[in-house]
Amino acid sequence: MKSIKDTMTAVWHFYRDGFRNMTWGRPLVWLILLKVFILFAVLRLFFFKPAMAGLSDEERSRVVGERIAGPPAESPSPETYNL
Amino acid sequence: MTAAYHWLFVPLTLGLALVMAVMETIYVVKKDEFWKKTAQFWMKLFAINFAVGIATGIILEFEFGTNWSNYSWFVGDMFGAPLAIEGILAFFMEATFFAVMFFGWNKVGKRFHLASTWLTGIGATISAYWILVANGWMQNPVGTTFNPETVRSEMASAAAFWEVISNPVAVSKFFHSVTSGWVTGGIFVVGVSAWYLLKGRHKTFATKSMLVGSIVGLVGSAAVMLSGDSSGIHAAEFQPMKLAAAEGLQDGGKRAAFTIVPGIKIPGMLSILATHDLDGYVPGINDILNGYTDNDGNAIPSVAEKMAMGREALVALSIYRTTEDPTEKAEARYALEENVQYMGYGHLEKPEDIVPPVGVVFWAFRFMIGLGMLIALVLLLSVIAVWKDKLGKWQWLLWAAIVCIPLAYVTGQCGWIVAEVGRQPWTIQGLLPVNVAISSLSAGAVKTTFFLFLAIFTLFLIIEIRILVGAIKKGPETQNE
Repeated sequence: MKSIKDTMTAVWHFYRDGFRNMTWGRPLVWLILLKVFILFAVLRLFFFKPAMAGLSDEERSRVVGERIAGPPAESPSPETYNL
Repeated sequence: MTAAYHWLFVPLTLGLALVMAVMETIYVVKKDEFWKKTAQFWMKLFAINFAVGIATGIILEFEFGTNWSNYSWFVGDMFGAPLAIEGILAFFMEATFFAVMFFGWNKVGKRFHLASTWLTGIGATISAYWILVANGWMQNPVGTTFNPETVRSEMASAAAFWEVISNPVAVSKFFHSVTSGWVTGGIFVVGVSAWYLLKGRHKTFATKSMLVGSIVGLVGSAAVMLSGDSSGIHAAEFQPMKLAAAEGLQDGGKRAAFTIVPGIKIPGMLSILATHDLDGYVPGINDILNGYTDNDGNAIPSVAEKMAMGREALVALSIYRTTEDPTEKAEARYALEENVQYMGYGHLEKPEDIVPPVGVVFWAFRFMIGLGMLIALVLLLSVIAVWKDKLGKWQWLLWAAIVCIPLAYVTGQCGWIVAEVGRQPWTIQGLLPVNVAISSLSAGAVKTTFFLFLAIFTLFLIIEIRILVGAIKKGPETQNE
């Protein structure tokens, strides 16, 4: 019976040989790596910053609560909308 | 836009996964090397589509935090679970079985390889399910309770989680989306095969691929119609305004007619489609605005009444979050729970705000159905042509099959427009309109990220099409006869 080490080595060789022997798939792998780099190292870092980064859960609840509840002073009746 | 872009790649992934799995199954059963090479060719095109499509959904997750921060916080618990399951499942299934599928020819047993090919497709399909659970909840928010302390929709129990994952809207959207992917995959295979036949290349490969592709596509077409029927029933039940907009129905009633195009109607058909009953009542836009009685005898309030209840909910939420008085807090919570299902209506300025862009939804719906039927017809004729050995004579069918490839994408995008534009102004039906869900960003910041996204991803799309076309021109490794 194979040991865990043998199994892990076989899996490693499987992936390593697979990538080494790639022909038409090689540019696709580069394309994926390029895309992941652009996504995480450019877009995520410089353009898609979380709007509520750095806030605690309590602060987020307060910010969103204020935005959702707003300052409605009173509750209007349906007649207000002339229907 | 981002979701629509992502949806360019998903249908072909789902459809080609099934096509190549069927072909490899034939190879394993018949032990015929021809089918191995055929499956390998379509697997190559699958990989190209997969490579460019992969991670295009990640940008949506960036946008949740940047552009939709209020929404993200509001839905956090609800979205977190399905998306985490999707991410983990997609990563492990795809990293494992995708690798075996591509690296494992001649290294693992035939049956293990075949299982990996099927599991790659099944993994992608299950991933789609979790995404559509999240999307289905936005269209029909079941299984969650709004917590005024955290301002989030929360799942309180395992039963609630089950209610979320068995949401009928998610289930019908899943079947509709996945099977429409089978149609896209099927017509793609048929169209590419038709091109080889027109060029006089790889005739045996193209004819046999066309048969498999057209059968997969036809099965998909039948399933799309069935799941579309249940989508219609669910729209009538949970999103009647979407249905009214898709039909351009101003005033509804019993025995409502289905509009094929303006001026041509089938009497009673809309009632049958929406309620499975010729005498079923289908509300129009004005009925929904003014209030109506549904088929179960329930009085549905007018939008103005819902707006009033929504404002009651928002006032109660505001009081609940600011008062220190326990009695006042308890009263506010009670008032909130009584009206919370209409909370989003409290943000509307006027009742007409709940009407989506009718023209866009109406025509997108018609193009989706019309083009879907056209593609199904081409698929059916392709089966007949292969069966009766008419491909040589029916050159027009080969051209039609090629034209149907881009039309399948138009159909898919139209379906997306019906589903997503049709539910405007809501991000979460009845609870959160778009204008409250968005972050407080400047228009300039949104424009910058949008055009950046558009430029980068259009470049990737062009690269994909070039690689894909190059691979198709080169052709399969089967004998070129």
